[in-house]
Amino acid sequence: MIERTPVLNLVTHAVLFIGLAIAFVPMWLVFVAATLSLQEINTPPISLLPGSHLWENLAEAWTRADLGVKLTNSLIMSVAVAAGKIALASITAFALVFFRFPGRMTAFWLIFITLMLPLEVRIVPTYAVAANVFSPYQTILDVTGLSWLWQQLTGAELALEWNLLNSYTGLVLPLVATATGTFLYRQFFLTVPEELMEAAKMDGAGPMRFFREILMPLSITNMAALFTIMFIYAWNQYLWPLLITTDRTHRGTAVMALRQLIPMSGDSTGGGVPDWNVAMAGCLIVVAPALLVVALMQRFFVRGLIASDK
Amino acid sequence: MADIDIRSVRKAYGKNQVVHGVDLSIRSGEFVVVLGPSGCGKSTLLRMIAGLEAITAGEIAIAGDVVNNLEPRERGCAMVFQNYALYPHMTVAENIGYGLKVAGLSKPERTARVETVAKSLGLSEYLDRKPGQLSGGQRQRVAMGRAMIREPKVFLFDEPLSNLDAKLRVQMRIEIRKLHNRLGTTSVFVTHDQVEAMTLADRVVVMNGGHIEQVGTPEEIYRNPASRFVAGFIGSPPMNLFDGRVTGPGEVQAHGIVLSVPHAGLKPGRPVTIGIRPEEVVLGAAGSNVASIDVDFSEELGSVRLLHGQVAGADFVIQVPATTAGPKIGRFSFEVPARAVHLFDAETGNRIGTAASGARAAA
Repeated sequence: MIERTPVLNLVTHAVLFIGLAIAFVPMWLVFVAATLSLQEINTPPISLLPGSHLWENLAEAWTRADLGVKLTNSLIMSVAVAAGKIALASITAFALVFFRFPGRMTAFWLIFITLMLPLEVRIVPTYAVAANVFSPYQTILDVTGLSWLWQQLTGAELALEWNLLNSYTGLVLPLVATATGTFLYRQFFLTVPEELMEAAKMDGAGPMRFFREILMPLSITNMAALFTIMFIYAWNQYLWPLLITTDRTHRGTAVMALRQLIPMSGDSTGGGVPDWNVAMAGCLIVVAPALLVVALMQRFFVRGLIASDK
Repeated sequence: MADIDIRSVRKAYGKNQVVHGVDLSIRSGEFVVVLGPSGCGKSTLLRMIAGLEAITAGEIAIAGDVVNNLEPRERGCAMVFQNYALYPHMTVAENIGYGLKVAGLSKPERTARVETVAKSLGLSEYLDRKPGQLSGGQRQRVAMGRAMIREPKVFLFDEPLSNLDAKLRVQMRIEIRKLHNRLGTTSVFVTHDQVEAMTLADRVVVMNGGHIEQVGTPEEIYRNPASRFVAGFIGSPPMNLFDGRVTGPGEVQAHGIVLSVPHAGLKPGRPVTIGIRPEEVVLGAAGSNVASIDVDFSEELGSVRLLHGQVAGADFVIQVPATTAGPKIGRFSFEVPARAVHLFDAETGNRIGTAASGARAAA
């Protein structure tokens, strides 16, 4: 479409640049703060030009928050969440789109409902389940009297327990069990022509082979988009890792570690020095991997979300 | 190669029945075209042979084995789809060889067979391309290569030419027929295009509303349509059909025009449908069975000319050679040779045989 609207162009560009500035100024301030010395940052007014202490601030933040371990933990968790999400979402959507089975629509709606229940809403029951994965079954057994029967018969008390606290599994699983990716995949699968499946059938390929060798390669851009979204989502998690990890030195995540860099009056350290420069340097380190993923995946990401090129 | 036996096959989606008890025997090596308007159940029938649709009732046997409960891959059929259904992420070579890969053939063996098939279809230089980089005709060939490579017992074609432009369609039609002459594989070809049916088929199966109307060679179908539907469906321009009644032995009348016919045993007063092919009338009033037409519009088709007009108030088309001299519009008289008159029962639509054609049918 060719349009000649110079005034409108000017206005839209102005809006764009204002938006960019609004988004970018805080990032700039973080960067500037990370380059100042303790003294400089506590001297008003706020400096808008970078100083010369970036590397020592980064080093200080790295050691004080133990970011080596924490970043590794975050990376493991985020990759696992993203990968688990892709696996779960693609296979669920495959079942929902390509198979006719009783209860298909019920399954669809049950999955749909989880969209309305983000982790924060169901955090208490989720924690209870994570503390003992078998607790719902234990409850069922208790209520139906089966555990009483078991005790009468064997003399031993029936106590099922599988604890996920403080483990990577516990960090990852509750974040994987949502419907977002399933819907992205479902929309994609619905655009795949039915003849493709029939051609595969005629070629002798079973459902799993069709899934692996035809659907998966076709959905690479979807996969990249979903990976990016889920990686960032998991990377930015704060509340859930905070709840489930009790051994913070070894299992804590990078975002949790940031909290330790922020000087607070109510802290166990009794407030301490307001060294915002180190805190901001920590922010820079923690945000870097997420930025990197977005930068690398951006091309696929946009393609995966807007259109399917077939 | 294999014969196909279709015995009282029915298909229903819930209460909606789309194929009403079809019986058909296809001989080994035969090229059968199933022809019919859209929604007549022809594609459904093909997909039931392929195993892509479940058979509601009846039996389908390929090479003597009932295949009702076999998976598509176990039936030995290969199918060419209307939109080709090529795998977009695979190269031409991978597309053609996918069936062999699934069957577990080794890579060198696969490559060798893919190359042979690609060569026979003129695809050798395109083996590394993706389907998206091919033209319509080339995609069509890849789809055929994919079907050929498994050396199936039966080829199934589901309107494979309808996505091509007119010129390419003619060319691919010839290629498909040549391919069949060379391989001799039993083929079932579904189409709604009567020209494809007439040119490709050993035998044509005309379907309508989930029933088979007629099975026969292209010539039989054209010369002796078994029903009013077939008469109107086959032929371009279509047969002129109008209602009349029997007025005496060997005589029918419609719109005041009396025609003598060779049909025997006609009861006077019986309502009939009279059919006359546009190309079988003779311009000029010689002999008997003469009528006149008011031509208000004529169409030049290059080799022939179509005269559209009314005969005693009913629409009528006459086809004459384009070289016919004289005016193109106006009132013409023409003769209908008695052997050119087709009669159909007005109620059932079934053909009323002449003494001669009846004898042939009995033999």
